[in-house]
Amino acid sequence: MQQSNGYIIIFTVITTIIIGGALSFTSQVLGPAQKRSIELDTKSQILKAVMEIKEGDDVLGIYDQRIKSLVVDYNGNEITTNAKGAPIVAEEVNILKNYKKSAEDREYPVFMFMSESNPDEVESYILPIYGAGLWDKIWGFVALDKSLQSIQGVVFDHKGETPGLGARISDKEVQDRFKNKKIYDQGGSLVSVSMLKGEKGEPLGDHHVDGLSGATLTAKGVNDMLLRYLGSYQAYFKKINPDLVK
Amino acid sequence: MSTETLEQPVVKKETEALLSKRRKKIISDPLNDDNPITIQVLGICSALAVTVKMEPTLIMSIAVVFVIVFANLIISLIRNLIPTRVRIIVQLAVIASLVTLVSEVLKAYNYEMYKVLGAFVGLIITNCIVMGRLEAFAMGNKPYDSLLDGLGSGFGYAWIILAVAFARELFGSGSVFDFKVFEAIGWETFPKNGLMVDSIGAFMVLGVIIWIQRTKTGYVEH
Repeated sequence: MQQSNGYIIIFTVITTIIIGGALSFTSQVLGPAQKRSIELDTKSQILKAVMEIKEGDDVLGIYDQRIKSLVVDYNGNEITTNAKGAPIVAEEVNILKNYKKSAEDREYPVFMFMSESNPDEVESYILPIYGAGLWDKIWGFVALDKSLQSIQGVVFDHKGETPGLGARISDKEVQDRFKNKKIYDQGGSLVSVSMLKGEKGEPLGDHHVDGLSGATLTAKGVNDMLLRYLGSYQAYFKKINPDLVK
Repeated sequence: MSTETLEQPVVKKETEALLSKRRKKIISDPLNDDNPITIQVLGICSALAVTVKMEPTLIMSIAVVFVIVFANLIISLIRNLIPTRVRIIVQLAVIASLVTLVSEVLKAYNYEMYKVLGAFVGLIITNCIVMGRLEAFAMGNKPYDSLLDGLGSGFGYAWIILAVAFARELFGSGSVFDFKVFEAIGWETFPKNGLMVDSIGAFMVLGVIIWIQRTKTGYVEH
Protein backbone atom coordinates (compact mmCIF):
# COMPACT_ATOMS: atom_id res chain seq x y z
CA MET A 1 0.00 0.00 0.00
CA GLN A 2 2.83 2.32 0.92
CA GLN A 3 4.33 2.00 -2.53
CA SER A 4 1.20 2.93 -4.45
CA ASN A 5 1.21 6.20 -6.37
CA GLY A 6 -1.85 7.38 -4.50
CA TYR A 7 -0.14 6.96 -1.13
CA ILE A 8 2.98 8.77 -2.34
CA ILE A 9 0.96 11.71 -3.66
CA ILE A 10 -1.06 12.04 -0.47
CA PHE A 11 2.08 11.71 1.67
CA THR A 12 3.98 14.40 -0.25
CA VAL A 13 1.00 16.76 -0.24
CA ILE A 14 0.57 16.42 3.53
CA THR A 15 4.33 16.82 4.12
CA THR A 16 4.39 19.93 1.96
CA ILE A 17 1.45 21.47 3.79
CA ILE A 18 2.93 20.78 7.23
CA ILE A 19 6.41 22.05 6.32
CA GLY A 20 5.09 25.05 4.41
CA GLY A 21 2.81 25.95 7.29
CA ALA A 22 5.58 25.62 9.86
CA LEU A 23 7.92 27.81 7.83
CA SER A 24 5.43 30.57 7.13
CA PHE A 25 4.49 30.55 10.81
CA THR A 26 8.18 31.00 11.75
CA SER A 27 8.57 33.78 9.24
CA GLN A 28 5.51 35.56 10.66
CA VAL A 29 6.67 35.19 14.25
CA LEU A 30 10.26 36.26 13.61
CA GLY A 31 9.46 39.00 11.09
CA PRO A 32 9.32 41.95 13.51
CA ALA A 33 12.54 40.89 15.28
CA GLN A 34 14.31 40.56 11.94
CA LYS A 35 13.15 44.01 10.86
CA ARG A 36 14.52 45.43 14.11
CA SER A 37 17.88 43.69 13.61
CA ILE A 38 18.22 45.06 10.09
CA GLU A 39 17.26 48.55 11.23
CA LEU A 40 19.78 48.39 14.08
CA ASP A 41 22.46 47.18 11.70
CA THR A 42 21.85 49.95 9.14
CA LYS A 43 21.73 52.67 11.77
CA SER A 44 24.87 51.54 13.55
CA GLN A 45 26.71 51.42 10.21
CA ILE A 46 25.62 54.99 9.47
CA LEU A 47 26.76 56.15 12.90
CA LYS A 48 30.07 54.30 12.66
CA ALA A 49 31.07 56.65 9.83
CA VAL A 50 31.22 59.54 12.32
CA MET A 51 31.66 58.01 15.75
CA GLU A 52 32.76 54.92 17.59
CA ILE A 53 30.01 52.55 18.56
CA LYS A 54 30.77 50.31 21.51
CA GLU A 55 28.86 47.20 22.40
CA GLY A 56 25.88 48.09 24.57
CA ASP A 57 25.52 51.59 23.15
CA ASP A 58 21.95 52.70 22.59
CA VAL A 59 22.33 52.93 18.82
CA LEU A 60 18.67 53.67 18.10
CA GLY A 61 18.58 56.37 20.79
CA ILE A 62 21.71 58.11 19.53
CA TYR A 63 20.43 57.82 15.98
CA ASP A 64 17.08 59.42 16.78
CA GLN A 65 18.80 62.21 18.65
CA ARG A 66 21.57 63.03 16.24
CA ILE A 67 20.58 62.02 12.72
CA LYS A 68 18.23 63.86 10.38
CA SER A 69 17.71 62.33 6.98
CA LEU A 70 16.31 63.21 3.60
CA VAL A 71 16.38 61.84 0.09
CA VAL A 72 17.51 63.80 -2.96
CA ASP A 73 17.51 63.07 -6.66
CA TYR A 74 20.37 63.39 -9.13
CA ASN A 75 19.62 67.10 -9.59
CA GLY A 76 19.92 67.75 -5.89
CA ASN A 77 16.21 68.33 -5.25
CA GLU A 78 14.69 66.79 -2.18
CA ILE A 79 12.14 64.10 -2.99
CA THR A 80 9.53 62.92 -0.54
CA THR A 81 7.44 60.54 -2.62
CA ASN A 82 8.43 57.95 -5.19
CA ALA A 83 6.98 57.43 -8.67
CA LYS A 84 3.96 55.64 -7.23
CA GLY A 85 3.27 58.43 -4.74
CA ALA A 86 4.32 56.47 -1.67
CA PRO A 87 6.45 58.35 0.87
CA ILE A 88 10.20 57.71 0.76
CA VAL A 89 12.10 57.17 3.99
CA ALA A 90 15.87 57.63 3.72
CA GLU A 91 16.58 54.66 6.01
CA GLU A 92 14.48 52.39 3.86
CA VAL A 93 15.97 53.28 0.49
CA ASN A 94 17.42 50.08 -0.92
CA ILE A 95 20.88 51.06 -2.14
CA LEU A 96 21.36 47.83 -4.08
CA LYS A 97 18.14 48.29 -6.05
CA ASN A 98 19.08 51.89 -6.77
CA TYR A 99 22.58 50.88 -7.81
CA LYS A 100 21.09 48.84 -10.63
CA LYS A 101 19.34 51.91 -12.07
CA SER A 102 21.19 54.56 -14.07
CA ALA A 103 22.80 57.28 -11.93
CA GLU A 104 20.19 59.87 -13.00
CA ASP A 105 17.24 57.76 -11.82
CA ARG A 106 18.51 56.81 -8.39
CA GLU A 107 17.24 57.99 -5.05
CA TYR A 108 20.09 59.39 -2.95
CA PRO A 109 19.65 59.35 0.83
CA VAL A 110 21.50 61.95 2.90
CA PHE A 111 22.00 61.41 6.61
CA MET A 112 22.88 64.57 8.50
CA PHE A 113 24.74 64.15 11.77
CA MET A 114 23.64 67.08 13.93
CA SER A 115 25.73 68.86 16.53
CA GLU A 116 25.13 67.65 20.07
CA SER A 117 24.84 71.22 21.47
CA ASN A 118 22.79 72.69 18.64
CA PRO A 119 20.35 70.22 17.07
CA ASP A 120 19.87 72.50 14.04
CA GLU A 121 23.51 72.64 13.09
CA VAL A 122 24.84 69.97 10.76
CA GLU A 123 28.15 68.49 11.87
CA SER A 124 28.61 66.11 8.97
CA TYR A 125 26.85 64.64 5.97
CA ILE A 126 26.81 60.84 5.74
CA LEU A 127 26.23 59.33 2.31
CA PRO A 128 25.75 55.72 1.28
CA ILE A 129 28.10 54.31 -1.34
CA TYR A 130 27.88 51.11 -3.34
CA GLY A 131 30.05 49.39 -5.89
CA ALA A 132 31.85 46.28 -7.03
CA GLY A 133 34.97 44.83 -5.45
CA LEU A 134 37.03 42.03 -6.92
CA TRP A 135 34.65 39.14 -6.25
CA ASP A 136 31.36 40.66 -5.22
CA LYS A 137 29.60 43.81 -4.13
CA ILE A 138 31.13 46.29 -1.69
CA TRP A 139 29.32 49.09 0.09
CA GLY A 140 29.56 51.51 2.95
CA PHE A 141 29.05 55.07 4.11
CA VAL A 142 31.23 58.13 3.73
CA ALA A 143 30.95 61.06 6.13
CA LEU A 144 31.91 64.57 4.95
CA ASP A 145 32.45 67.54 7.24
CA LYS A 146 29.97 70.42 7.19
CA SER A 147 31.97 72.37 4.59
CA LEU A 148 31.76 69.24 2.39
CA GLN A 149 35.49 69.55 1.72
CA SER A 150 37.02 66.69 3.60
CA ILE A 151 36.20 63.17 4.72
CA GLN A 152 35.43 62.71 8.40
CA GLY A 153 35.23 58.97 8.28
CA VAL A 154 34.25 55.98 6.18
CA VAL A 155 32.87 52.53 6.78
CA PHE A 156 33.22 49.81 4.19
CA ASP A 157 31.75 46.38 4.10
CA HIS A 158 31.97 43.63 1.54
CA LYS A 159 30.33 40.39 0.62
CA GLY A 160 33.14 38.21 -0.59
CA GLU A 161 36.52 39.91 -0.83
CA THR A 162 39.55 37.73 -0.13
CA PRO A 163 40.13 37.31 3.62
CA GLY A 164 43.37 38.94 4.70
CA LEU A 165 43.64 40.87 1.41
CA GLY A 166 40.65 42.75 -0.02
CA ALA A 167 38.54 41.96 3.02
CA ARG A 168 40.75 44.36 4.95
CA ILE A 169 38.60 47.26 3.67
CA SER A 170 36.30 46.47 6.59
CA ASP A 171 39.19 46.90 9.08
CA LYS A 172 39.13 50.06 11.14
CA GLU A 173 42.83 50.59 10.56
CA VAL A 174 42.29 50.79 6.78
CA GLN A 175 39.19 52.97 7.08
CA ASP A 176 41.01 55.42 9.36
CA ARG A 177 43.40 56.19 6.50
CA PHE A 178 40.60 58.16 4.81
CA LYS A 179 40.12 60.57 7.68
CA ASN A 180 40.73 64.26 6.91
CA LYS A 181 41.47 63.62 3.24
CA LYS A 182 40.15 66.25 0.79
CA ILE A 183 37.77 65.45 -2.03
CA TYR A 184 38.23 68.69 -4.03
CA ASP A 185 41.48 70.00 -5.51
CA GLN A 186 42.71 73.59 -5.26
CA GLY A 187 40.63 74.63 -8.29
CA GLY A 188 37.47 73.21 -6.74
CA SER A 189 36.93 70.22 -8.98
CA LEU A 190 36.03 66.84 -7.56
CA VAL A 191 38.97 64.46 -7.49
CA SER A 192 37.78 62.21 -4.64
CA VAL A 193 40.26 60.16 -2.62
CA SER A 194 41.92 57.12 -4.03
CA MET A 195 43.88 54.20 -2.72
CA LEU A 196 47.24 53.67 -4.34
CA LYS A 197 48.70 50.44 -5.62
CA GLY A 198 50.93 48.81 -3.06
CA GLU A 199 51.28 49.46 0.61
CA LYS A 200 54.25 51.57 1.61
CA GLY A 201 53.18 53.04 4.90
CA GLU A 202 54.44 56.50 3.89
CA PRO A 203 52.51 59.72 4.52
CA LEU A 204 50.59 60.76 1.41
CA GLY A 205 48.97 63.89 -0.01
CA ASP A 206 45.42 65.16 0.46
CA HIS A 207 43.83 62.94 -2.17
CA HIS A 208 45.56 59.62 -1.70
CA VAL A 209 45.65 56.90 0.90
CA ASP A 210 47.95 53.92 1.23
CA GLY A 211 46.81 50.92 -0.79
CA LEU A 212 46.20 47.33 0.17
CA SER A 213 49.07 45.02 -0.61
CA GLY A 214 47.75 42.16 -2.71
CA ALA A 215 44.31 43.71 -3.19
CA THR A 216 44.79 46.28 -5.93
CA LEU A 217 41.50 45.39 -7.62
CA THR A 218 39.48 45.75 -4.42
CA ALA A 219 41.16 49.13 -3.85
CA LYS A 220 40.24 50.11 -7.40
CA GLY A 221 36.63 49.15 -6.65
CA VAL A 222 36.69 51.37 -3.57
CA ASN A 223 38.10 54.28 -5.60
CA ASP A 224 35.45 53.94 -8.32
CA MET A 225 32.68 53.66 -5.76
CA LEU A 226 33.76 56.81 -3.91
CA LEU A 227 34.27 58.88 -7.05
CA ARG A 228 30.95 57.84 -8.61
CA TYR A 229 28.80 58.41 -5.59
CA LEU A 230 30.45 61.68 -4.58
CA GLY A 231 29.93 62.72 -8.21
CA SER A 232 26.23 61.90 -8.06
CA TYR A 233 25.75 64.12 -5.02
CA GLN A 234 27.42 67.15 -6.65
CA ALA A 235 24.15 68.89 -7.54
CA TYR A 236 22.98 68.56 -3.95
CA PHE A 237 26.30 69.82 -2.56
CA LYS A 238 26.03 72.85 -4.82
CA LYS A 239 22.63 73.66 -3.32
CA ILE A 240 24.00 73.61 0.25
CA ASN A 241 27.25 75.37 -0.54
CA PRO A 242 27.14 77.27 -3.88
CA ASP A 243 30.79 78.32 -3.65
CA LEU A 244 32.00 74.80 -3.38
CA VAL A 245 31.44 73.05 -6.65
CA LYS A 246 32.73 74.36 -9.92
CA MET B 1 5.76 -21.52 29.73
CA SER B 2 7.54 -21.44 26.46
CA THR B 3 5.66 -18.36 25.28
CA GLU B 4 6.61 -16.54 28.48
CA THR B 5 10.30 -17.22 28.01
CA LEU B 6 9.97 -16.07 24.43
CA GLU B 7 8.37 -12.80 25.41
CA GLN B 8 10.82 -11.99 28.16
CA PRO B 9 13.75 -10.86 26.00
CA VAL B 10 11.40 -8.49 24.16
CA VAL B 11 10.33 -6.86 27.43
CA LYS B 12 13.97 -6.63 28.46
CA LYS B 13 14.82 -4.86 25.24
CA GLU B 14 12.09 -2.31 25.83
CA THR B 15 13.63 -1.28 29.13
CA GLU B 16 17.17 -0.94 27.86
CA ALA B 17 19.07 1.55 30.03
CA LEU B 18 18.86 5.13 28.80
CA LEU B 19 22.60 5.09 28.30
CA SER B 20 23.38 1.44 27.81
CA LYS B 21 26.74 0.33 26.48
CA ARG B 22 25.35 0.06 22.95
CA ARG B 23 23.87 3.54 23.11
CA LYS B 24 27.04 5.05 24.54
CA LYS B 25 28.82 3.60 21.56
CA ILE B 26 26.33 5.29 19.20
CA ILE B 27 27.36 8.61 20.69
CA SER B 28 31.08 8.02 21.14
CA ASP B 29 31.87 6.37 17.80
CA PRO B 30 31.48 9.51 15.67
CA LEU B 31 33.52 11.52 18.15
CA ASN B 32 36.71 9.63 17.37
CA ASP B 33 36.75 6.18 15.74
CA ASP B 34 34.19 7.02 13.08
CA ASN B 35 34.47 10.80 12.97
CA PRO B 36 32.46 12.30 10.10
CA ILE B 37 35.20 14.75 9.14
CA THR B 38 38.49 13.05 9.83
CA ILE B 39 37.55 9.43 9.09
CA GLN B 40 34.62 9.64 6.69
CA VAL B 41 35.95 12.94 5.27
CA LEU B 42 32.48 14.47 4.92
CA GLY B 43 31.43 18.07 5.45
CA ILE B 44 34.85 19.38 4.48
CA CYS B 45 33.54 22.43 2.57
CA SER B 46 32.02 24.08 5.63
CA ALA B 47 34.96 22.97 7.78
CA LEU B 48 37.16 25.08 5.51
CA ALA B 49 34.84 28.01 5.01
CA VAL B 50 33.68 28.96 8.49
CA THR B 51 36.74 28.20 10.60
CA VAL B 52 38.65 31.49 10.29
CA LYS B 53 37.45 32.55 13.74
CA MET B 54 36.09 30.73 16.76
CA GLU B 55 32.83 32.62 17.22
CA PRO B 56 31.22 31.92 13.83
CA THR B 57 32.52 28.36 14.09
CA LEU B 58 30.76 27.88 17.41
CA ILE B 59 27.49 29.23 15.98
CA MET B 60 27.90 26.96 12.96
CA SER B 61 28.53 23.95 15.24
CA ILE B 62 25.40 24.66 17.25
CA ALA B 63 23.41 25.03 14.02
CA VAL B 64 24.67 21.73 12.63
CA VAL B 65 24.08 19.86 15.91
CA PHE B 66 20.54 21.24 16.05
CA VAL B 67 19.76 20.33 12.45
CA ILE B 68 21.26 16.85 12.58
CA VAL B 69 19.63 15.90 15.91
CA PHE B 70 16.15 17.06 14.96
CA ALA B 71 16.35 15.80 11.39
CA ASN B 72 17.38 12.39 12.73
CA LEU B 73 14.57 12.44 15.28
CA ILE B 74 11.85 13.55 12.85
CA ILE B 75 12.87 11.14 10.11
CA SER B 76 13.10 8.29 12.61
CA LEU B 77 9.61 9.09 13.94
CA ILE B 78 8.05 8.94 10.48
CA ARG B 79 10.41 6.33 9.03
CA ASN B 80 7.66 3.75 8.64
CA LEU B 81 5.38 6.21 6.87
CA ILE B 82 7.89 7.47 4.31
CA PRO B 83 7.42 5.82 0.90
CA THR B 84 10.85 4.48 -0.10
CA ARG B 85 10.66 5.96 -3.59
CA VAL B 86 10.51 9.55 -2.34
CA ARG B 87 12.52 9.15 0.84
CA ILE B 88 15.48 11.29 -0.28
CA ILE B 89 13.18 14.19 -1.13
CA VAL B 90 11.42 13.88 2.21
CA GLN B 91 14.76 13.85 4.03
CA LEU B 92 15.88 16.91 2.10
CA ALA B 93 12.63 18.73 2.84
CA VAL B 94 13.02 18.09 6.57
CA ILE B 95 16.68 19.20 6.58
CA ALA B 96 15.92 22.28 4.48
CA SER B 97 13.10 23.34 6.80
CA LEU B 98 15.28 23.00 9.89
CA VAL B 99 18.10 24.92 8.23
CA THR B 100 15.71 27.69 7.19
CA LEU B 101 14.51 27.83 10.77
CA VAL B 102 18.08 28.24 12.08
CA SER B 103 18.86 30.86 9.47
CA GLU B 104 15.71 32.86 10.27
CA VAL B 105 16.39 32.75 14.01
CA LEU B 106 19.96 33.96 13.43
CA LYS B 107 18.67 36.79 11.23
CA ALA B 108 16.31 37.88 13.97
CA TYR B 109 18.52 37.58 17.05
CA ASN B 110 22.16 37.63 15.91
CA TYR B 111 22.33 39.69 12.74
CA GLU B 112 26.13 40.09 12.97
CA MET B 113 26.62 36.33 12.80
CA TYR B 114 23.94 36.05 10.12
CA LYS B 115 26.04 38.38 7.97
CA VAL B 116 29.26 36.47 8.66
CA LEU B 117 27.88 32.97 8.16
CA GLY B 118 25.33 33.95 5.52
CA ALA B 119 25.37 31.35 2.80
CA PHE B 120 27.15 28.73 4.90
CA VAL B 121 24.19 28.18 7.20
CA GLY B 122 22.06 27.60 4.12
CA LEU B 123 24.66 25.17 2.85
CA ILE B 124 24.10 22.88 5.87
CA ILE B 125 21.36 21.49 3.63
CA THR B 126 24.02 20.03 1.37
CA ASN B 127 26.25 18.93 4.24
CA CYS B 128 26.78 15.27 3.50
CA ILE B 129 26.98 14.40 7.20
CA VAL B 130 23.34 15.29 7.81
CA MET B 131 21.90 13.39 4.86
CA GLY B 132 24.30 10.55 5.43
CA ARG B 133 23.03 10.01 8.97
CA LEU B 134 19.37 10.18 7.92
CA GLU B 135 19.82 7.63 5.15
CA ALA B 136 22.20 5.34 7.03
CA PHE B 137 20.77 5.49 10.54
CA ALA B 138 17.48 7.30 11.13
CA MET B 139 15.63 5.42 8.36
CA GLY B 140 16.23 2.13 10.17
CA ASN B 141 16.43 2.92 13.88
CA LYS B 142 14.18 4.01 16.71
CA PRO B 143 13.76 7.72 17.54
CA TYR B 144 15.78 7.75 20.77
CA ASP B 145 18.72 5.92 19.20
CA SER B 146 18.56 8.25 16.21
CA LEU B 147 18.62 11.25 18.51
CA LEU B 148 21.76 9.90 20.19
CA ASP B 149 23.33 9.18 16.83
CA GLY B 150 22.58 12.77 15.79
CA LEU B 151 24.21 14.09 18.94
CA GLY B 152 27.28 11.94 18.36
CA SER B 153 27.73 12.93 14.73
CA GLY B 154 26.94 16.58 15.45
CA PHE B 155 29.52 16.82 18.20
CA GLY B 156 31.98 14.80 16.16
CA TYR B 157 31.71 17.49 13.50
CA ALA B 158 31.69 20.31 16.04
CA TRP B 159 34.84 19.44 17.95
CA ILE B 160 36.88 19.03 14.79
CA ILE B 161 35.86 22.37 13.27
CA LEU B 162 36.31 24.08 16.64
CA ALA B 163 39.82 22.62 16.89
CA VAL B 164 40.60 23.82 13.36
CA ALA B 165 39.18 27.26 14.14
CA PHE B 166 41.21 27.48 17.34
CA ALA B 167 44.47 26.89 15.48
CA ARG B 168 43.50 29.22 12.62
CA GLU B 169 42.38 32.12 14.78
CA LEU B 170 45.31 31.75 17.17
CA PHE B 171 48.00 31.78 14.49
CA GLY B 172 46.14 33.77 11.83
CA SER B 173 44.71 36.59 13.95
CA GLY B 174 46.60 36.13 17.23
CA SER B 175 43.37 35.78 19.16
CA VAL B 176 40.86 33.30 20.58
CA PHE B 177 37.19 34.33 20.49
CA ASP B 178 38.50 37.77 19.46
CA PHE B 179 40.51 37.98 22.70
CA LYS B 180 44.03 39.05 21.77
CA VAL B 181 46.00 36.29 23.47
CA PHE B 182 49.50 37.31 22.48
CA GLU B 183 48.96 40.97 23.34
CA ALA B 184 47.63 39.88 26.73
CA ILE B 185 50.83 38.01 27.56
CA GLY B 186 52.91 40.96 26.40
CA TRP B 187 54.03 39.62 23.01
CA GLU B 188 52.81 42.58 20.94
CA THR B 189 54.87 41.83 17.85
CA PHE B 190 53.45 38.33 17.32
CA PRO B 191 53.77 37.68 13.57
CA LYS B 192 50.31 36.80 12.24
CA ASN B 193 50.30 34.00 9.70
CA GLY B 194 48.30 35.05 6.63
CA LEU B 195 48.18 31.46 5.38
CA MET B 196 45.99 30.49 8.33
CA VAL B 197 43.36 33.05 7.36
CA ASP B 198 43.11 31.47 3.91
CA SER B 199 41.30 28.20 3.24
CA ILE B 200 44.66 26.56 2.65
CA GLY B 201 45.36 27.01 6.36
CA ALA B 202 42.28 24.93 7.16
CA PHE B 203 43.47 22.11 4.90
CA MET B 204 46.81 22.05 6.66
CA VAL B 205 45.38 22.12 10.18
CA LEU B 206 42.84 19.45 9.24
CA GLY B 207 45.63 17.34 7.76
CA VAL B 208 47.64 17.59 10.95
CA ILE B 209 44.60 16.64 13.07
CA ILE B 210 43.90 13.61 10.85
CA TRP B 211 47.57 12.64 11.03
CA ILE B 212 47.69 12.79 14.83
CA GLN B 213 44.36 10.97 15.15
CA ARG B 214 45.30 8.15 12.79
CA THR B 215 48.66 7.72 14.47
CA LYS B 216 46.85 7.23 17.77
CA THR B 217 43.97 5.03 16.57
CA GLY B 218 45.98 3.16 13.97
CA TYR B 219 43.19 3.63 11.40
CA VAL B 220 44.15 2.78 7.83
CA GLU B 221 42.02 3.39 4.76
CA HIS B 222 41.38 0.37 2.60
